[in-house]
Amino acid sequence: MDFSILIESWPLYLEGFYTTVWMVFVALVFGLLIAVPIGIARNSKLPVVFGPAWAFIYFFRGTPLLIQLYLIYYGLSQLIVVQGTLWQEAWFCALFAFVLNTAAYTAEIIRGAINSMPKGEIEAAKAYGMSTPQAFRRVILPSSLRRALPAYSNEVIFMVHGSAVAGIVTIVDLTGAARIVNSRYYAPFESFLFAGICYMMLTFVIIWGFRKLEGHWMKHLRPLS
Amino acid sequence: MLDLKGYEWSLVEGAWITLQVALLSLVLAMILGMLGALAKLSPYRWARAIATLYTTVIRGIPDLVLMMLIFFGGQMLLNDSLYNINEWLNNYFTSSDPNHEWTEYLPDYIEISPFVAGILTIGFIFGAYMAETFRGAILSVDKGELEAGKAYGMSSFLSFYRILLPQMIRHALPGFGNNWLVLLKTTALVSIIGLDDMVRKGALAAGTTQMPFTFYMTVAVIFLIFTSFSTSALKWVERKFSIHTR
Repeated sequence: MDFSILIESWPLYLEGFYTTVWMVFVALVFGLLIAVPIGIARNSKLPVVFGPAWAFIYFFRGTPLLIQLYLIYYGLSQLIVVQGTLWQEAWFCALFAFVLNTAAYTAEIIRGAINSMPKGEIEAAKAYGMSTPQAFRRVILPSSLRRALPAYSNEVIFMVHGSAVAGIVTIVDLTGAARIVNSRYYAPFESFLFAGICYMMLTFVIIWGFRKLEGHWMKHLRPLS
Repeated sequence: MLDLKGYEWSLVEGAWITLQVALLSLVLAMILGMLGALAKLSPYRWARAIATLYTTVIRGIPDLVLMMLIFFGGQMLLNDSLYNINEWLNNYFTSSDPNHEWTEYLPDYIEISPFVAGILTIGFIFGAYMAETFRGAILSVDKGELEAGKAYGMSSFLSFYRILLPQMIRHALPGFGNNWLVLLKTTALVSIIGLDDMVRKGALAAGTTQMPFTFYMTVAVIFLIFTSFSTSALKWVERKFSIHTR
């Protein structure tokens, strides 16, 4: 084993690390933004409202992210003219697929958190004369989003790991960088092992960060003693 | 309406390979998971350390990277060591007998098939997730019942088989079901290391017919059928195993 190739190729890994981090971050932000309305819609009693939300969650949780990426990156050209639009760019397609994928998973988490709200809190909001939007904004969302935090941290880690498929469609993320290094030096063990170590560090930082957040936002849920 | 241009059977064949990979790696994952869970709960520190290292490392690295690491890197490592062992044996015999001719004591080059590599990798990865699920399930079995088993003079294997296993299945089922659904979707990645599974067949058909959306959508729908079927089967099993607690 010869790890000296890393001395020459670390800038490539750095670029890949940066790409992975910003793609995952942007996907998570947009995914969370559209997951909240979808999660609320999923709980609705009207078939017109919960139907589409159900179908969206069902499709994106039931199929592999790789297929979703292929559908958008390769498949769209069959339906629309992609020449000269953003759909031609691999990074845009990957980002779009990531946003939809994480939105579906996050919506399901939010739905679960809303369903497990203590009934008394909602009744108290109603008793205070709050309208439904007010109750959502003041009581239901702040409480359920906090309780969704542990499940959401798992989703974030899954997104980091899932983002590795971006390396397949020519994007130089951490996996893409490892693939380039492997083909340049024919050193599969060293190149992929180093990428794996980078992912692992990223995962540990995320776990640590969420633990801090939970300590801060879920103080009121900690058991006494 | 849906015209697959004669690629229907190719996709069905691919789906069969996908199912085979998924089921065989599930078996491997369950064996590794059970060993991992028992090691994590064992009184020996070295067993706990190995199991913890296994679950932490696997869950920290993306499955795609692990798959490439094991498929490309593992193959190279295996053949390098085979070559080195051969060299070492030959050097040894040459030093004792100058007329010794170079012979292949071990096969000089073994090509790992993507099928085997895919099963080994996915089984290895999900063994770590299964270990966590099984560990939780074992912990939720009442300790008094195990002690009762011991008091009845059951051997540790017998009390595992008669008391621990039937009860932990019920506690492990929800986590097990989740792991299986994720595993099923992970099998799509074996197409990247060159296995002719459903995804690759779909990609080939998409390339020749210039209808990528149609074929990837078909593959997606087949995956949806698999996952939906699994979900309802798991629900049925869960109900069956929790009859006495209702």
